[in-house]
Amino acid sequence: MTLRQILVPLSAIVLFGVFWEFLVWVNGWPNYVMASPSDLPPAYARYWELFFVMGWQTLWRTVVGLLLAIVFGVFLGMVMGFSRTMRDALYPLLVGFNAIPKATVVPIVALLFVGDHNFNTILIAFMISFFPIAVSVSIGLSTLEPEYRDILASLGASKTTIFWKIALPKTLPEFFGALKVAVTLAFIGTNLMEIVSPHGRGLGALFDSGKTNSDYPLMFAVLIALALMGIVLYYVVVALEKIFAGWAERSPSY
Amino acid sequence: MSENLIEIKGVRHAYPTKSGPLPVLDGLELSVPEGGFAAVVGPSGCGKSTLTRLIAGLMKPDQGEVWLHGELVKGPKSTVGMAFQNPVLLEWRTILQNVMLPLEIVPTKLSKREQEDRARKLLALVGLEGFEEKRPSELSGGMRQRASLCRSIVHKPDVLILDEPFGALDAFTREDLWQTMHKVKAEEPFTGVLITHDLRESIFLADQVVVLSGRPAKTQYVMDVHLTGDRDIEHLYTPESAEALNILRHQIQIAQGRTDAEETAT
Repeated sequence: MTLRQILVPLSAIVLFGVFWEFLVWVNGWPNYVMASPSDLPPAYARYWELFFVMGWQTLWRTVVGLLLAIVFGVFLGMVMGFSRTMRDALYPLLVGFNAIPKATVVPIVALLFVGDHNFNTILIAFMISFFPIAVSVSIGLSTLEPEYRDILASLGASKTTIFWKIALPKTLPEFFGALKVAVTLAFIGTNLMEIVSPHGRGLGALFDSGKTNSDYPLMFAVLIALALMGIVLYYVVVALEKIFAGWAERSPSY
Repeated sequence: MSENLIEIKGVRHAYPTKSGPLPVLDGLELSVPEGGFAAVVGPSGCGKSTLTRLIAGLMKPDQGEVWLHGELVKGPKSTVGMAFQNPVLLEWRTILQNVMLPLEIVPTKLSKREQEDRARKLLALVGLEGFEEKRPSELSGGMRQRASLCRSIVHKPDVLILDEPFGALDAFTREDLWQTMHKVKAEEPFTGVLITHDLRESIFLADQVVVLSGRPAKTQYVMDVHLTGDRDIEHLYTPESAEALNILRHQIQIAQGRTDAEETAT
Protein backbone atom coordinates (compact mmCIF):
# COMPACT_ATOMS: atom_id res chain seq x y z
CA MET A 1 0.00 0.00 0.00
CA THR A 2 1.52 3.34 -0.97
CA LEU A 3 1.29 6.61 0.91
CA ARG A 4 -1.01 7.89 -1.80
CA GLN A 5 -3.49 5.04 -1.25
CA ILE A 6 -3.77 6.09 2.41
CA LEU A 7 -3.67 9.85 1.97
CA VAL A 8 -6.35 10.14 -0.72
CA PRO A 9 -9.20 8.43 1.19
CA LEU A 10 -8.05 10.05 4.46
CA SER A 11 -8.17 13.57 3.07
CA ALA A 12 -11.58 12.79 1.55
CA ILE A 13 -12.83 11.92 5.05
CA VAL A 14 -11.32 15.10 6.53
CA LEU A 15 -12.88 17.21 3.77
CA PHE A 16 -16.24 15.59 4.42
CA GLY A 17 -15.95 16.43 8.16
CA VAL A 18 -15.05 20.03 7.40
CA PHE A 19 -18.01 20.34 5.02
CA TRP A 20 -20.36 18.87 7.62
CA GLU A 21 -19.10 21.26 10.31
CA PHE A 22 -19.48 24.18 7.93
CA LEU A 23 -23.03 23.18 6.97
CA VAL A 24 -24.14 23.05 10.61
CA TRP A 25 -22.41 26.34 11.41
CA VAL A 26 -23.68 28.28 8.41
CA ASN A 27 -27.29 27.19 9.02
CA GLY A 28 -27.04 27.78 12.73
CA TRP A 29 -28.56 24.33 13.45
CA PRO A 30 -28.92 23.55 17.13
CA ASN A 31 -27.69 20.17 18.48
CA TYR A 32 -31.15 18.60 18.47
CA VAL A 33 -31.47 19.12 14.73
CA MET A 34 -28.03 18.13 13.64
CA ALA A 35 -24.89 17.53 15.64
CA SER A 36 -21.61 18.68 14.16
CA PRO A 37 -18.28 16.81 14.10
CA SER A 38 -16.95 18.99 16.91
CA ASP A 39 -19.72 17.68 19.19
CA LEU A 40 -18.53 14.10 18.77
CA PRO A 41 -15.26 13.98 20.76
CA PRO A 42 -17.01 15.08 24.01
CA ALA A 43 -19.64 12.40 23.45
CA TYR A 44 -16.97 9.74 22.95
CA ALA A 45 -15.04 11.01 25.98
CA ARG A 46 -18.08 10.78 28.22
CA TYR A 47 -19.19 7.32 27.17
CA TRP A 48 -15.97 5.71 25.97
CA GLU A 49 -16.44 2.66 28.21
CA LEU A 50 -19.93 2.08 26.87
CA PHE A 51 -18.66 2.45 23.34
CA PHE A 52 -16.10 -0.29 23.84
CA VAL A 53 -18.42 -2.72 25.59
CA MET A 54 -21.36 -2.18 23.25
CA GLY A 55 -19.24 -1.86 20.16
CA TRP A 56 -17.78 -5.25 20.91
CA GLN A 57 -21.27 -6.72 21.41
CA THR A 58 -22.39 -5.37 18.08
CA LEU A 59 -19.23 -6.52 16.33
CA TRP A 60 -19.15 -10.11 17.50
CA ARG A 61 -22.82 -10.70 16.88
CA THR A 62 -22.54 -9.22 13.40
CA VAL A 63 -19.53 -11.38 12.58
CA VAL A 64 -21.19 -14.56 13.89
CA GLY A 65 -24.35 -13.77 11.91
CA LEU A 66 -22.24 -13.14 8.84
CA LEU A 67 -20.29 -16.39 9.22
CA LEU A 68 -23.57 -18.32 9.50
CA ALA A 69 -24.79 -16.48 6.40
CA ILE A 70 -21.64 -17.53 4.53
CA VAL A 71 -22.00 -21.20 5.48
CA PHE A 72 -25.72 -21.34 4.73
CA GLY A 73 -25.52 -19.05 1.69
CA VAL A 74 -22.72 -21.05 0.06
CA PHE A 75 -24.54 -24.30 0.75
CA LEU A 76 -27.82 -22.97 -0.68
CA GLY A 77 -25.96 -21.50 -3.64
CA MET A 78 -24.32 -24.85 -4.35
CA VAL A 79 -27.64 -26.69 -4.21
CA MET A 80 -29.25 -24.17 -6.57
CA GLY A 81 -26.19 -23.92 -8.79
CA PHE A 82 -25.93 -27.62 -9.48
CA SER A 83 -29.60 -28.62 -9.70
CA ARG A 84 -32.03 -26.97 -12.07
CA THR A 85 -34.96 -28.42 -10.16
CA MET A 86 -33.77 -27.00 -6.87
CA ARG A 87 -33.17 -23.64 -8.54
CA ASP A 88 -36.71 -23.56 -9.93
CA ALA A 89 -38.10 -24.67 -6.59
CA LEU A 90 -36.15 -22.36 -4.29
CA TYR A 91 -35.85 -19.09 -6.19
CA PRO A 92 -39.44 -17.84 -5.67
CA LEU A 93 -39.25 -18.78 -2.00
CA LEU A 94 -35.94 -17.02 -1.60
CA VAL A 95 -37.00 -13.87 -3.44
CA GLY A 96 -40.24 -13.71 -1.47
CA PHE A 97 -38.34 -14.12 1.78
CA ASN A 98 -35.88 -11.42 0.81
CA ALA A 99 -38.68 -9.05 -0.20
CA ILE A 100 -40.12 -9.01 3.33
CA PRO A 101 -38.75 -5.89 5.06
CA LYS A 102 -36.64 -7.21 7.89
CA ALA A 103 -37.87 -4.42 10.17
CA THR A 104 -41.19 -6.28 10.26
CA VAL A 105 -39.50 -9.57 11.10
CA VAL A 106 -37.62 -8.10 14.04
CA PRO A 107 -40.60 -7.84 16.45
CA ILE A 108 -41.73 -11.32 15.45
CA VAL A 109 -38.34 -12.83 16.18
CA ALA A 110 -38.04 -10.79 19.36
CA LEU A 111 -41.32 -12.27 20.59
CA LEU A 112 -40.59 -15.75 19.30
CA PHE A 113 -37.32 -16.12 21.21
CA VAL A 114 -38.00 -13.61 23.92
CA GLY A 115 -35.04 -13.12 26.24
CA ASP A 116 -32.44 -14.71 23.95
CA HIS A 117 -31.06 -11.38 22.92
CA ASN A 118 -27.79 -12.68 21.46
CA PHE A 119 -29.58 -15.37 19.52
CA ASN A 120 -32.21 -12.95 18.20
CA THR A 121 -29.63 -10.46 17.03
CA ILE A 122 -27.46 -13.05 15.31
CA LEU A 123 -30.54 -14.53 13.66
CA ILE A 124 -31.58 -11.21 12.13
CA ALA A 125 -28.03 -10.42 10.99
CA PHE A 126 -27.92 -13.84 9.38
CA MET A 127 -31.38 -13.61 7.77
CA ILE A 128 -30.68 -10.26 6.19
CA SER A 129 -27.27 -11.15 4.76
CA PHE A 130 -27.35 -14.69 3.37
CA PHE A 131 -29.44 -13.84 0.30
CA PRO A 132 -26.77 -12.10 -1.86
CA ILE A 133 -24.28 -14.84 -1.04
CA ALA A 134 -26.65 -17.63 -2.05
CA VAL A 135 -27.66 -15.89 -5.28
CA SER A 136 -24.11 -15.08 -6.36
CA VAL A 137 -22.76 -18.56 -5.67
CA SER A 138 -25.66 -20.19 -7.51
CA ILE A 139 -25.20 -17.88 -10.50
CA GLY A 140 -21.44 -18.46 -10.49
CA LEU A 141 -21.88 -22.21 -10.52
CA SER A 142 -24.74 -22.40 -13.00
CA THR A 143 -23.02 -20.14 -15.53
CA LEU A 144 -19.80 -22.17 -15.57
CA GLU A 145 -19.00 -22.66 -19.25
CA PRO A 146 -19.43 -26.33 -20.23
CA GLU A 147 -15.89 -26.44 -21.66
CA TYR A 148 -14.47 -25.92 -18.17
CA ARG A 149 -16.31 -29.01 -17.03
CA ASP A 150 -15.39 -30.93 -20.17
CA ILE A 151 -11.61 -30.52 -19.90
CA LEU A 152 -11.66 -32.39 -16.60
CA ALA A 153 -14.68 -34.62 -17.23
CA SER A 154 -13.08 -35.98 -20.42
CA LEU A 155 -10.17 -37.17 -18.28
CA GLY A 156 -12.54 -39.10 -16.05
CA ALA A 157 -12.51 -36.61 -13.16
CA SER A 158 -15.31 -36.95 -10.63
CA LYS A 159 -17.90 -34.24 -9.96
CA THR A 160 -16.23 -33.49 -6.63
CA THR A 161 -12.84 -33.00 -8.27
CA ILE A 162 -14.38 -30.65 -10.83
CA PHE A 163 -16.05 -28.69 -8.02
CA TRP A 164 -12.85 -28.23 -6.00
CA LYS A 165 -10.50 -27.64 -8.90
CA ILE A 166 -12.66 -25.46 -11.13
CA ALA A 167 -16.17 -24.52 -10.02
CA LEU A 168 -15.27 -23.31 -6.53
CA PRO A 169 -12.25 -21.13 -7.38
CA LYS A 170 -14.05 -19.75 -10.42
CA THR A 171 -16.95 -18.58 -8.23
CA LEU A 172 -14.72 -16.80 -5.69
CA PRO A 173 -14.82 -13.32 -7.31
CA GLU A 174 -18.64 -13.38 -7.34
CA PHE A 175 -18.65 -14.69 -3.79
CA PHE A 176 -16.47 -11.86 -2.52
CA GLY A 177 -18.54 -9.30 -4.40
CA ALA A 178 -21.61 -10.59 -2.56
CA LEU A 179 -19.75 -10.72 0.74
CA LYS A 180 -19.03 -6.99 0.52
CA VAL A 181 -22.77 -6.36 0.26
CA ALA A 182 -23.52 -8.91 2.98
CA VAL A 183 -21.14 -7.23 5.49
CA THR A 184 -23.10 -4.00 5.46
CA LEU A 185 -26.41 -5.82 5.48
CA ALA A 186 -25.38 -7.85 8.53
CA PHE A 187 -24.67 -4.58 10.41
CA ILE A 188 -28.12 -3.31 9.52
CA GLY A 189 -29.61 -6.55 10.82
CA THR A 190 -27.74 -6.45 14.12
CA ASN A 191 -28.68 -2.83 14.76
CA LEU A 192 -32.32 -3.29 13.84
CA MET A 193 -32.62 -5.88 16.58
CA GLU A 194 -30.58 -3.87 19.06
CA ILE A 195 -32.70 -0.77 18.56
CA VAL A 196 -36.11 -2.39 18.49
CA SER A 197 -35.88 -5.01 21.19
CA PRO A 198 -36.39 -3.73 24.75
CA HIS A 199 -33.38 -3.91 27.07
CA GLY A 200 -31.19 -4.41 24.04
CA ARG A 201 -27.44 -4.43 24.01
CA GLY A 202 -24.84 -3.20 21.58
CA LEU A 203 -24.44 0.11 19.78
CA GLY A 204 -28.07 -0.02 18.64
CA ALA A 205 -29.19 0.06 22.28
CA LEU A 206 -26.78 2.92 22.96
CA PHE A 207 -28.36 4.79 20.07
CA ASP A 208 -31.78 4.10 21.52
CA SER A 209 -30.78 5.43 24.93
CA GLY A 210 -29.38 8.55 23.25
CA LYS A 211 -32.79 8.99 21.65
CA THR A 212 -34.65 8.51 24.95
CA ASN A 213 -32.44 11.07 26.70
CA SER A 214 -32.45 13.51 23.78
CA ASP A 215 -28.66 13.24 23.68
CA TYR A 216 -28.25 14.05 20.00
CA PRO A 217 -24.44 14.17 19.93
CA LEU A 218 -24.46 10.63 21.39
CA MET A 219 -26.77 9.44 18.61
CA PHE A 220 -24.46 10.86 15.99
CA ALA A 221 -21.44 9.45 17.76
CA VAL A 222 -23.02 5.99 17.55
CA LEU A 223 -23.65 6.43 13.84
CA ILE A 224 -20.03 7.34 13.23
CA ALA A 225 -18.82 4.41 15.36
CA LEU A 226 -21.02 2.08 13.29
CA ALA A 227 -19.65 3.54 10.09
CA LEU A 228 -16.09 2.97 11.32
CA MET A 229 -16.80 -0.64 12.20
CA GLY A 230 -18.46 -1.13 8.85
CA ILE A 231 -15.39 0.24 7.09
CA VAL A 232 -13.06 -2.02 9.09
CA LEU A 233 -15.08 -5.17 8.35
CA TYR A 234 -15.39 -4.19 4.70
CA TYR A 235 -11.65 -3.88 4.36
CA VAL A 236 -11.15 -7.21 6.10
CA VAL A 237 -13.23 -8.71 3.29
CA VAL A 238 -11.22 -6.77 0.70
CA ALA A 239 -7.99 -8.14 2.20
CA LEU A 240 -9.35 -11.71 2.08
CA GLU A 241 -10.43 -11.13 -1.50
CA LYS A 242 -6.90 -9.99 -2.43
CA ILE A 243 -5.48 -13.18 -0.95
CA PHE A 244 -7.96 -15.69 -2.35
CA ALA A 245 -9.25 -14.06 -5.54
CA GLY A 246 -6.52 -11.57 -6.35
CA TRP A 247 -6.07 -13.26 -9.73
CA ALA A 248 -9.41 -11.85 -10.90
CA GLU A 249 -8.00 -8.33 -10.81
CA ARG A 250 -6.47 -7.58 -14.19
CA SER A 251 -3.17 -5.82 -14.32
CA PRO A 252 -3.80 -2.55 -16.16
CA SER A 253 -0.53 -2.75 -18.10
CA TYR A 254 -1.29 -5.45 -20.64
CA MET B 1 -11.26 -54.94 -34.71
CA SER B 2 -9.53 -53.19 -37.52
CA GLU B 3 -6.22 -51.37 -37.15
CA ASN B 4 -7.98 -48.02 -36.91
CA LEU B 5 -7.52 -46.21 -33.65
CA ILE B 6 -10.79 -44.31 -33.91
CA GLU B 7 -13.71 -46.15 -35.41
CA ILE B 8 -17.17 -44.63 -35.49
CA LYS B 9 -19.89 -46.76 -36.98
CA GLY B 10 -23.43 -45.82 -37.87
CA VAL B 11 -23.83 -43.32 -35.05
CA ARG B 12 -27.26 -41.77 -34.61
CA HIS B 13 -28.13 -39.26 -31.98
CA ALA B 14 -31.06 -36.96 -31.20
CA TYR B 15 -31.54 -34.29 -28.54
CA PRO B 16 -34.90 -34.05 -26.82
CA THR B 17 -36.59 -30.69 -27.43
CA LYS B 18 -40.03 -29.28 -26.69
CA SER B 19 -41.26 -30.24 -30.15
CA GLY B 20 -40.00 -33.82 -30.03
CA PRO B 21 -36.55 -35.29 -30.59
CA LEU B 22 -34.18 -33.29 -32.78
CA PRO B 23 -31.95 -35.66 -34.74
CA VAL B 24 -28.39 -34.34 -34.93
CA LEU B 25 -26.35 -37.28 -36.16
CA ASP B 26 -27.81 -39.83 -38.52
CA GLY B 27 -25.42 -42.40 -39.84
CA LEU B 28 -22.03 -40.97 -39.05
CA GLU B 29 -18.96 -42.96 -40.06
CA LEU B 30 -15.37 -42.05 -39.26
CA SER B 31 -12.16 -44.08 -39.24
CA VAL B 32 -8.81 -42.66 -38.24
CA PRO B 33 -5.72 -44.91 -38.24
CA GLU B 34 -3.10 -44.62 -35.52
CA GLY B 35 -1.11 -41.43 -36.09
CA GLY B 36 -3.74 -40.14 -38.50
CA PHE B 37 -5.24 -36.68 -38.38
CA ALA B 38 -8.81 -36.23 -39.58
CA ALA B 39 -10.47 -32.87 -40.13
CA VAL B 40 -14.25 -32.76 -39.90
CA VAL B 41 -15.97 -29.96 -41.78
CA GLY B 42 -19.63 -29.25 -42.35
CA PRO B 43 -22.30 -26.56 -42.21
CA SER B 44 -22.80 -24.86 -38.86
CA GLY B 45 -25.06 -26.61 -36.41
CA CYS B 46 -24.56 -30.00 -38.04
CA GLY B 47 -23.50 -31.73 -34.85
CA LYS B 48 -19.73 -31.48 -35.05
CA SER B 49 -19.40 -30.69 -31.36
CA THR B 50 -21.67 -33.59 -30.52
CA LEU B 51 -19.17 -35.76 -32.37
CA THR B 52 -16.31 -34.57 -30.16
CA ARG B 53 -18.30 -35.28 -27.02
CA LEU B 54 -19.06 -38.78 -28.31
CA ILE B 55 -15.38 -39.55 -28.95
CA ALA B 56 -14.43 -38.16 -25.54
CA GLY B 57 -17.01 -40.42 -23.94
CA LEU B 58 -18.83 -37.46 -22.42
CA MET B 59 -22.09 -38.74 -23.90
CA LYS B 60 -23.40 -41.92 -25.46
CA PRO B 61 -24.99 -42.15 -28.89
CA ASP B 62 -28.59 -43.34 -29.19
CA GLN B 63 -27.44 -45.88 -31.76
CA GLY B 64 -24.16 -46.97 -33.26
CA GLU B 65 -20.74 -47.52 -31.78
CA VAL B 66 -17.65 -45.49 -30.99
CA TRP B 67 -14.45 -47.53 -30.71
CA LEU B 68 -11.12 -46.27 -29.46
CA HIS B 69 -8.09 -48.55 -29.61
CA GLY B 70 -10.30 -51.58 -30.20
CA GLU B 71 -12.39 -50.79 -27.14
CA LEU B 72 -16.02 -49.70 -27.12
CA VAL B 73 -16.28 -46.23 -25.55
CA LYS B 74 -18.61 -46.32 -22.55
CA GLY B 75 -17.49 -43.29 -20.57
CA PRO B 76 -14.71 -40.71 -20.31
CA LYS B 77 -11.21 -42.14 -20.52
CA SER B 78 -8.00 -40.50 -19.53
CA THR B 79 -6.58 -41.36 -22.95
CA VAL B 80 -8.26 -38.38 -24.55
CA GLY B 81 -7.07 -34.78 -24.77
CA MET B 82 -9.35 -31.90 -25.66
CA ALA B 83 -8.91 -28.30 -26.77
CA PHE B 84 -11.70 -25.89 -27.63
CA GLN B 85 -12.20 -22.57 -29.38
CA ASN B 86 -12.32 -21.04 -25.90
CA PRO B 87 -8.90 -21.83 -24.37
CA VAL B 88 -10.58 -22.24 -20.93
CA LEU B 89 -7.41 -21.66 -18.94
CA LEU B 90 -7.89 -21.40 -15.19
CA GLU B 91 -7.16 -17.76 -14.37
CA TRP B 92 -6.02 -18.42 -10.82
CA ARG B 93 -3.22 -20.69 -11.99
CA THR B 94 0.00 -19.84 -13.76
CA ILE B 95 0.49 -21.05 -17.31
CA LEU B 96 2.73 -23.88 -16.07
CA GLN B 97 0.15 -24.97 -13.48
CA ASN B 98 -2.54 -24.85 -16.16
CA VAL B 99 -0.57 -27.14 -18.45
CA MET B 100 0.02 -29.57 -15.58
CA LEU B 101 -3.70 -29.78 -14.68
CA PRO B 102 -4.43 -33.09 -16.50
CA LEU B 103 -1.53 -34.77 -14.67
CA GLU B 104 -3.41 -34.08 -11.42
CA ILE B 105 -6.33 -36.16 -12.69
CA VAL B 106 -4.76 -38.85 -14.84
CA PRO B 107 -2.74 -41.50 -13.01
CA THR B 108 0.90 -40.96 -13.95
CA LYS B 109 4.21 -42.58 -13.12
CA LEU B 110 6.07 -39.29 -13.47
CA SER B 111 7.41 -37.61 -10.36
CA LYS B 112 6.42 -34.01 -9.66
CA ARG B 113 9.80 -32.89 -11.00
CA GLU B 114 9.37 -34.88 -14.24
CA GLN B 115 5.80 -33.60 -14.67
CA GLU B 116 7.06 -30.05 -14.45
CA ASP B 117 9.91 -30.77 -16.86
CA ARG B 118 7.45 -32.22 -19.35
CA ALA B 119 5.15 -29.20 -19.10
CA ARG B 120 8.10 -26.83 -19.55
CA LYS B 121 9.31 -28.80 -22.57
CA LEU B 122 5.91 -28.58 -24.23
CA LEU B 123 5.64 -24.86 -23.53
CA ALA B 124 9.04 -24.34 -25.12
CA LEU B 125 7.94 -26.42 -28.11
CA VAL B 126 4.99 -24.11 -28.82
CA GLY B 127 7.11 -21.00 -28.25
CA LEU B 128 5.95 -20.07 -24.76
CA GLU B 129 9.34 -20.30 -23.07
CA GLY B 130 9.60 -17.60 -20.41
CA PHE B 131 5.83 -17.39 -19.91
CA GLU B 132 5.57 -20.33 -17.49
CA GLU B 133 4.91 -18.18 -14.43
CA LYS B 134 2.56 -15.72 -16.13
CA ARG B 135 -1.19 -15.70 -15.59
CA PRO B 136 -3.54 -16.41 -18.50
CA SER B 137 -4.86 -12.84 -18.35
CA GLU B 138 -1.36 -11.60 -19.20
CA LEU B 139 -1.23 -13.54 -22.48
CA SER B 140 -2.64 -12.76 -25.91
CA GLY B 141 -5.36 -14.91 -27.49
CA GLY B 142 -2.93 -16.88 -29.64
CA MET B 143 -0.61 -17.52 -26.71
CA ARG B 144 -3.48 -18.75 -24.57
CA GLN B 145 -4.46 -21.14 -27.32
CA ARG B 146 -0.87 -22.44 -27.44
CA ALA B 147 -0.97 -23.06 -23.69
CA SER B 148 -4.33 -24.81 -24.07
CA LEU B 149 -2.78 -27.04 -26.73
CA CYS B 150 0.05 -27.99 -24.35
CA ARG B 151 -2.48 -28.87 -21.68
CA SER B 152 -4.39 -31.13 -24.09
CA ILE B 153 -1.31 -33.27 -24.84
CA VAL B 154 0.64 -33.15 -21.58
CA HIS B 155 -0.69 -36.56 -20.46
CA LYS B 156 0.21 -38.14 -23.85
CA PRO B 157 -3.36 -38.91 -24.89
CA ASP B 158 -4.03 -41.52 -27.57
CA VAL B 159 -6.55 -39.23 -29.16
CA LEU B 160 -6.45 -35.46 -29.43
CA ILE B 161 -9.79 -33.79 -30.05
CA LEU B 162 -9.61 -30.22 -31.31
CA ASP B 163 -12.94 -28.42 -31.47
CA GLU B 164 -12.29 -25.34 -33.65
CA PRO B 165 -9.26 -24.35 -31.58
CA PHE B 166 -8.17 -21.62 -33.98
CA GLY B 167 -11.64 -20.31 -34.83
CA ALA B 168 -11.44 -17.14 -32.76
CA LEU B 169 -7.93 -16.08 -33.82
CA ASP B 170 -6.95 -13.56 -36.44
CA ALA B 171 -5.75 -14.92 -39.78
CA PHE B 172 -2.01 -14.42 -39.23
CA THR B 173 -2.00 -15.87 -35.71
CA ARG B 174 -4.00 -18.78 -37.04
CA GLU B 175 -1.41 -19.56 -39.71
CA ASP B 176 1.32 -19.37 -37.06
CA LEU B 177 -0.55 -21.89 -35.00
CA TRP B 178 -1.00 -24.22 -37.98
CA GLN B 179 2.78 -24.34 -38.27
CA THR B 180 3.05 -24.94 -34.52
CA MET B 181 0.63 -27.85 -34.88
CA HIS B 182 2.93 -29.50 -37.41
CA LYS B 183 5.89 -29.00 -35.12
CA VAL B 184 3.97 -30.50 -32.20
CA LYS B 185 2.82 -33.47 -34.25
CA ALA B 186 6.40 -34.20 -35.32
CA GLU B 187 7.69 -34.10 -31.73
CA GLU B 188 4.68 -35.55 -29.93
CA PRO B 189 2.87 -37.86 -32.33
CA PHE B 190 -0.86 -38.16 -31.73
CA THR B 191 -3.99 -39.35 -33.45
CA GLY B 192 -6.23 -36.39 -33.97
CA VAL B 193 -9.70 -35.23 -34.89
CA LEU B 194 -10.00 -31.57 -35.79
CA ILE B 195 -13.36 -29.87 -36.04
CA THR B 196 -13.11 -26.76 -38.20
CA HIS B 197 -14.96 -24.31 -40.41
CA ASP B 198 -11.85 -23.43 -42.35
CA LEU B 199 -11.25 -25.53 -45.47
CA ARG B 200 -7.68 -24.25 -45.87
CA GLU B 201 -6.99 -25.28 -42.31
CA SER B 202 -8.44 -28.72 -42.94
CA ILE B 203 -6.20 -29.54 -45.89
CA PHE B 204 -3.16 -27.89 -44.35
CA LEU B 205 -3.30 -29.83 -41.10
CA ALA B 206 -5.11 -33.09 -41.75
CA ASP B 207 -4.43 -36.11 -43.91
CA GLN B 208 -8.11 -36.87 -44.20
CA VAL B 209 -10.98 -34.41 -44.60
CA VAL B 210 -14.47 -35.61 -43.72
CA VAL B 211 -17.43 -33.54 -44.92
CA LEU B 212 -20.61 -33.92 -42.91
CA SER B 213 -24.02 -33.26 -44.41
CA GLY B 214 -26.42 -30.74 -42.89
CA ARG B 215 -28.43 -31.70 -39.83
CA PRO B 216 -29.00 -34.57 -39.17
CA ALA B 217 -25.38 -35.19 -40.13
CA LYS B 218 -24.04 -38.22 -41.88
CA THR B 219 -20.67 -38.70 -43.47
CA GLN B 220 -21.14 -37.22 -46.92
CA TYR B 221 -17.66 -37.19 -48.39
CA VAL B 222 -14.13 -38.23 -47.43
CA MET B 223 -11.02 -36.79 -49.05
CA ASP B 224 -7.47 -37.99 -48.52
CA VAL B 225 -4.98 -35.17 -48.49
CA HIS B 226 -1.58 -35.83 -49.98
CA LEU B 227 0.30 -32.75 -48.88
CA THR B 228 2.88 -34.90 -47.16
CA GLY B 229 6.27 -33.94 -45.81
CA ASP B 230 7.13 -30.52 -44.52
CA ARG B 231 4.02 -28.53 -45.03
CA ASP B 232 4.48 -24.88 -45.68
CA ILE B 233 1.88 -22.17 -46.04
CA GLU B 234 3.00 -21.94 -49.70
CA HIS B 235 1.57 -25.42 -50.20
CA LEU B 236 -1.86 -23.86 -49.92
CA TYR B 237 -1.28 -21.89 -53.11
CA THR B 238 -0.43 -24.78 -55.43
CA PRO B 239 -2.87 -25.92 -58.15
CA GLU B 240 -3.39 -29.22 -56.30
CA SER B 241 -4.50 -27.38 -53.18
CA ALA B 242 -6.75 -25.10 -55.18
CA GLU B 243 -8.42 -28.11 -56.72
CA ALA B 244 -8.85 -29.87 -53.39
CA LEU B 245 -10.35 -26.71 -51.90
CA ASN B 246 -12.71 -26.43 -54.82
CA ILE B 247 -13.98 -29.95 -54.38
CA LEU B 248 -14.48 -29.41 -50.65
CA ARG B 249 -16.26 -26.10 -51.20
CA HIS B 250 -18.61 -27.82 -53.60
CA GLN B 251 -19.27 -30.56 -51.05
CA ILE B 252 -20.07 -28.00 -48.38
CA GLN B 253 -22.55 -26.35 -50.72
CA ILE B 254 -24.23 -29.70 -51.20
CA ALA B 255 -24.27 -30.20 -47.43
CA GLN B 256 -25.92 -26.79 -47.06
CA GLY B 257 -28.53 -27.89 -49.59
CA ARG B 258 -27.59 -25.21 -52.09
CA THR B 259 -26.75 -27.62 -54.91
CA ASP B 260 -28.73 -30.57 -56.11
CA ALA B 261 -27.36 -33.77 -54.63
CA GLU B 262 -27.73 -35.49 -58.03
CA GLU B 263 -24.82 -33.46 -59.40
CA THR B 264 -22.31 -35.15 -57.15
CA ALA B 265 -20.76 -38.16 -58.65
CA THR B 266 -17.86 -38.80 -56.35
